[in-house]
Amino acid sequence: MAITGLFLISFLIVHLLGNLQLLDLSVEGQEKFNAYAKFMTSFPLIKIISYVLYISILFHAIDGIVLVMQNRKARPERYKSWKPNTNSIWASRNMGLLGTIILAFIIMHMGQFWYQMHWGDIGVDSEGNKNLAAVVIKTYQDGSAGLIFVLLYVISMAAIAFHLWHGFASAFQTFGLNHKRYTPVIKKVGYGISVIIPLAYAIIPVYILMAKN
Amino acid sequence: MDLKLKIWRQANQNTKGELKDYAIKNVSADSSFLEMMDQLNEELITKGEEPVVFDHDCREGICGMCSLHINGEPHGPQNATTTCQLHMRKFKDGDTIYIEPWRSRAFPVIKDLSVDRNAFDRIIEAGGYVSVNTSGNTLDANAMPVPKADADEAFNSATCIGCGACVAACPNASAMLFVSAKVSQLSLLPQGKVEAKDRVLNMVNQMDLEGFGNCSNVGACAEECPKEISLENIARMNREYLGASLASSK
Repeated sequence: MAITGLFLISFLIVHLLGNLQLLDLSVEGQEKFNAYAKFMTSFPLIKIISYVLYISILFHAIDGIVLVMQNRKARPERYKSWKPNTNSIWASRNMGLLGTIILAFIIMHMGQFWYQMHWGDIGVDSEGNKNLAAVVIKTYQDGSAGLIFVLLYVISMAAIAFHLWHGFASAFQTFGLNHKRYTPVIKKVGYGISVIIPLAYAIIPVYILMAKN
Repeated sequence: MDLKLKIWRQANQNTKGELKDYAIKNVSADSSFLEMMDQLNEELITKGEEPVVFDHDCREGICGMCSLHINGEPHGPQNATTTCQLHMRKFKDGDTIYIEPWRSRAFPVIKDLSVDRNAFDRIIEAGGYVSVNTSGNTLDANAMPVPKADADEAFNSATCIGCGACVAACPNASAMLFVSAKVSQLSLLPQGKVEAKDRVLNMVNQMDLEGFGNCSNVGACAEECPKEISLENIARMNREYLGASLASSK
């Protein structure tokens, strides 16, 4: 969980930096994004990393499901009175639930953009690159469906925020890195990225929606 | 003070248990939680009813025998305190108190509030020891230099009384805090380093065999531990386990 988790966080950062280009909605900006999307889906090294990424997502999800099932079996009879908030934070106890929300989002997100980019009939821009920018803009601006997709996106980012709030520092503990000097820093970095990354992501569809007309 | 108690009653491991209501009057605020339980049991015996079975021994907070999940927390609401050291002044007149046993597949209920914690003993048997010759030619302890910081850290880990509150508190019913404290108290010292690799592998293996859950670094264990065993122990065990798995002699 820790190895794949940290790898997936590194993906979140790269993916975010690339897609922040969508904040430039001018024609040139869209064409720049389309050229970037073409590069990301055709450059061999990126392709190899993307396969590692798909495997990591699957492994992280399946391992998570196995762990949740084992952990439930470890306590067949539940407590009638149970006050977990006195000793731990909600996110740490609900990583499975948060992960499920995130997985559902990833499937929807890949269906909306990844699938369209690879196999959809989405047309090309003036440079001859597949016009993914137009697909993104349409998805988040298209009437009430657009509004719902923006809302789902923001909710999913909140789930990622809670998931990282516990997950980032937890990965280091799993590796055995717990040190009086470093652990407080790791925790602060974790809290920082768990707020900044999902927030920056959420800005993209909200901005596209607000830029309508 | 007068209290309402909701106590888990279960005849044995194979029957289903349930919470039963009891009312108890004139409990002294100065009595310990276990003395309150004694008072209840005396009343039950006087009435010809079956007394409530619960574990206890030294009543000084050092043996690890007392347990009880009180109002949703192992050892009750007071931090760093065993149930026997918890006093009734922590509760208010008229309070309703839930009293349940530790809940874990690896700790089956023997009767009422008493659970079988032999799983911990079997984990210790799997590696929680040092093999030393005790037939008269043992080294003087002082002949083996130990850095003060290591000695203190090993001592902190060794204060674990093996009560099982960590398992009871963990949403996964994981025993990692207990096992890691026992691994640490030995591996930090020169006498324990000799068998460190096999020890961590064998103890973790036994822990998994007993049916405890997995650690997901929630941290509830350390918060509820009456001896304040820290999560650093779990990180140390993870380190040792990783190292031993990669470079085991077997």
